[in-house]
Amino acid sequence: MANEELAASLSAVLGGVAVADLSRLSGGASRETWQFSANERMLILQRQRGGDIRDMGNEFAVLRAARAGGVPVPEVIAASTDKSDLGAAYMILSHFEGETIARKILRDDQFAEARTHLAQDFAVALARLHSIDPAAAPALLPTDQVVQYREALGALKYSHPTFELVFRWLEQNRPPVGPHCIVHGDFRLGNIMVGPDGLRAVLDWELAHIGDPMEDLGWLCVKAWRFGVRKPVAGLGEYDEFFEAYARAANVAVDADVVRWWEVLGTLKWGIMCIIQTQSHLGRITRSHELAAIGRRVCENEHDLFLALEGKW
Amino acid sequence: MPHDVPTAQQLVESVREWLERDVLAGTSGRLQFHTRVAITVLLMVERELELGPEQAERHLERLQMLGFGSDEELSRAIREGDDRTDSSIEVQEAVRAAVWQSVRDKLAVANPKYLDADPS
Repeated sequence: MANEELAASLSAVLGGVAVADLSRLSGGASRETWQFSANERMLILQRQRGGDIRDMGNEFAVLRAARAGGVPVPEVIAASTDKSDLGAAYMILSHFEGETIARKILRDDQFAEARTHLAQDFAVALARLHSIDPAAAPALLPTDQVVQYREALGALKYSHPTFELVFRWLEQNRPPVGPHCIVHGDFRLGNIMVGPDGLRAVLDWELAHIGDPMEDLGWLCVKAWRFGVRKPVAGLGEYDEFFEAYARAANVAVDADVVRWWEVLGTLKWGIMCIIQTQSHLGRITRSHELAAIGRRVCENEHDLFLALEGKW
Repeated sequence: MPHDVPTAQQLVESVREWLERDVLAGTSGRLQFHTRVAITVLLMVERELELGPEQAERHLERLQMLGFGSDEELSRAIREGDDRTDSSIEVQEAVRAAVWQSVRDKLAVANPKYLDADPS
């Protein structure tokens, strides 16, 4: 679809508003992101790509539920899975000013004040998300991540003794089944819009599913998401203060051992994702020495797993 | 030796030095970032050419001490709870120690700084 044609279609789905300044922001693997103004209000368009088989309808249902539940997220202005509107499933979202690049958020002076409370901001946002009745997003499915990633590793036909050891540990130390909540599934720096005042919006909901709320806490603590900073919670906070902030906001106790189980699973997941990324180079889908090099980062994940489990096997 | 000088390691080193000396300074933005990635990759290859043959020998020795001939066999045994990996706490510890040593060897090639980093 040419830009003029897309602008005209956008105007039509928004009830005839004046669409201007349409520009492409980025091209992720699963969707295109565009920015434009509608009657001089800045908006974001996300349009699904052909290869992505997920139902975008789930994602905008979750966004609406999260917003109603007090989680800072973009407002869904219009959305449809009907491809006849804009040539693909789409969401039109309100625009937020802010920064998503983790290294800037963790290091730039303009975020120094925000860094003193971002971990608490995250705890409050997650507590609000997890308090939403999952019936608000009825199409979301529960997933068993251990089974899912075992299958993913099996399909790659790689032998990884470390991952086998960790899968065994995860299976033998699985925490009791927790409450069924809406979990974000990829809550970490990179997917969160931050301003000098703190958390502005939680983005990238395409991995949302039904699961144990501690999954989101554990994933946020995975070492890769500290981006080289010592502090264990997203490079921003200590475990204790983060767990206390979440417990206060959610009015539930946080069991550090359960979060640790999810952190270990998250570290393993990231390791398997690194293999998948390098496969897109090796499989000649996207030839790139950057993707090729990611395959050699798997041993960093393995080392993290041994450190995390030292004395706990 | 079937080949003339330079060695493979010296050839890779020469390209890496050229990237560092001439290319990096003349690039910016995305191209410079990808040049840095290329330098990192070549450094990795240089380390593998230097350390790889001895690491391969030690890797096989570790596997054989546990009663295996390949990572594939070891992985399957762990997955199935085979006696060779699971019969006692001592055996489990020996398996983990061997696998962790293999991970350290991989890091010595892929990113030796990671081994020195504060484990936090």
